[in-house]
Amino acid sequence: MSVLVNKNSRVIVQGFTGSEGTFHASQMIEYGTNVVGGVTPGKGGNTHLDRPVFNTVADAVSSTQADTSIIFVPPAFAADAIMEAAEAGIKVIVCITEGIPVNDMIKAKEYIKGFETRLIGPNCPGVITAGEAKVGIMPGFVFKQGKIGIVSKSGTLTYEAADQVAKAGMGITTAIGIGGDPIIGTTTREAVELLMNDPETEGIVMIGEIGGNLEAIAAKWIKENGTKPVVGFIAGETAPKGRTMGHAGAIVGGTDDTAEAKKRIMRECGIHVVDSPAQIGAKMAEVMANK
Amino acid sequence: MNLHEYQGKSILKSYGVAVQEGIVVDKVEDAVAAAKKLSEETGTSWFVVKAQIHAGGRGKGTVEETGSHGVVIAKGLDQVEEKVAGILGGHLTTLQTNGKGKKVNQVLIAQDVYYPGESEPQEFYMSVLLDREKGRNVIIYSTEGGMDIEHVAEHTPEKLHKEFVDPRVGLQGFQVRKIAFNLGLSGEAFKQMCKFVPCLYNAYEGIDASMFEINPLFKTSDNKIIAVDAKVTMDGNGLFRHPEYAAMRDKTEEDPTEVEADEAGLNFVKLDGNVGCMVNGAGLAMATMDIIKLSGGNPANFLDVGGTANAERVEKAFHIILKDPNVKAILINIFGGIVRCDRVAQGIVDAYKNIGEIPVPIIVRLQGTNAVEAKRLIDESGLNVHSAVQLQEAADLVKEVLA
Repeated sequence: MSVLVNKNSRVIVQGFTGSEGTFHASQMIEYGTNVVGGVTPGKGGNTHLDRPVFNTVADAVSSTQADTSIIFVPPAFAADAIMEAAEAGIKVIVCITEGIPVNDMIKAKEYIKGFETRLIGPNCPGVITAGEAKVGIMPGFVFKQGKIGIVSKSGTLTYEAADQVAKAGMGITTAIGIGGDPIIGTTTREAVELLMNDPETEGIVMIGEIGGNLEAIAAKWIKENGTKPVVGFIAGETAPKGRTMGHAGAIVGGTDDTAEAKKRIMRECGIHVVDSPAQIGAKMAEVMANK
Repeated sequence: MNLHEYQGKSILKSYGVAVQEGIVVDKVEDAVAAAKKLSEETGTSWFVVKAQIHAGGRGKGTVEETGSHGVVIAKGLDQVEEKVAGILGGHLTTLQTNGKGKKVNQVLIAQDVYYPGESEPQEFYMSVLLDREKGRNVIIYSTEGGMDIEHVAEHTPEKLHKEFVDPRVGLQGFQVRKIAFNLGLSGEAFKQMCKFVPCLYNAYEGIDASMFEINPLFKTSDNKIIAVDAKVTMDGNGLFRHPEYAAMRDKTEEDPTEVEADEAGLNFVKLDGNVGCMVNGAGLAMATMDIIKLSGGNPANFLDVGGTANAERVEKAFHIILKDPNVKAILINIFGGIVRCDRVAQGIVDAYKNIGEIPVPIIVRLQGTNAVEAKRLIDESGLNVHSAVQLQEAADLVKEVLA
């Protein structure tokens, strides 16, 4: 078991033949991900990385029975790529692309509601199930196989957390990078719920940042429904109000978006919150030992 | 990216929205001619002189040099020059300028719309922005215009109304009528508002704004509905579609170091602490700032060097951080995944040597692929650089060098 992706996932790459798509598809294949082909409009019929290239996602699905897609399409066309994947019957869509206009994402998110699909991202590192499938851009070796699930808005901070968890002697089931944009497909709460329902996951690391209220919603859900210990961290305690910190969604608007407010709510909901990002692994080890 | 009032109004006009007319000037000598022209075009005999800076609260703000407010009225052509001179070129401090005055490079000379007439004039509030939780755009409006909307939200939340827009069908007529009725309008003013709201919404969507705020939205004594102010923030991700609006960026409103960093492709935000930092990834960069605080320092900046932390980028980042005289130490925190740590370490060493002597201690924490080789490379470089592998070690080193 695991969530979202595993060794049986049949993965296609949208934006397959571009430089990003090529590089990361190679890395994914090397990791052992079952990459069955890719899509680049106009290049259908060719072979790339020993795999077939298709003009449309629909063609790719009918030829390869792909159920998972990873998107490396440039921002101007990425929302379109998400909708195309949903319409073609892809069940898990992972959108790596950074810089998609908000108005495009509003429409894409609304459009895919009509399909049985789950979008991860955009502007995210992707999803990895340790030892089975990497559908993302993360360094695979950091994610040692184990029993902890990770949900995070950011890339390198996810790697940091996974590394600390591994060094503390645990390891990872699935790590889900949900993305740092104002509009994302899968929220913190939904990702946490997936991991709560995964029998192999015994503990969860939940990493958020300033801006929005996704962590507060997840925390309240955990308080009502949580069955496993959760360690939490919120980045951006020192970020000033009104300035976007790298991620389009990382901006303190109201008093509820501050790191302090989020951490307070998370603590009230029984989450083991650390103030220092250097303590994520140690805290998880401590919590698991006392379980 | 923020726009000036006059830029926002020009966009509104292009979408068919009625605005308080005005002419922008950047020299005192041009003020009277502009006012005359405006008088001919609109019939106005009084003029509102408005400082154009990217901050709210201009009317109550004060120009350091002259004591003038940021928005003043010239009651006749003969007062225009004096009023403009009181603002233009001065430094305007408002509640939103963080204690420092902002230089006023342009003023808008606008028509007086508060003239007496058949009915009482009224000030409303209206803005369009994204509601993140719902994933939809929302029109927020209130009868309590012309004041700080956060104050209204806090003290009289029942006077703040929201209308969500369904992305599948867009803003509907019944929603527009509801807004106009909730604002208590009837007759000609009602009709005008029903025209105003869709035009404003179209402007918001059409230019890929992330916020379009009209405060006050004004009903004149002869029942016209016009935008007296316009505060616009563009969605940076949408700018590639709108070169004409991207060109409206006023770099003089931004921190010069941030502009330089932006041109070098570095994501940098200037802060006022004493420890500079250089990190790959936005989330880890924020977390690193937090570590600095927990170690007894204060972050001097946010800086995401991105995925390719090579010598050139690291060198540029060093230059940008070192422009700040308050910086007493620099913490470099790189989690090398795809990019190998020893390459990053070599980049840091090369950049350091290119710059020559760096006057503050540097703490380098490299974790990930080839982290051990990277640490050795740094340790053997002979430079004034402390190395760490674990994040906690880096935090302890920050504490040590600040002590």
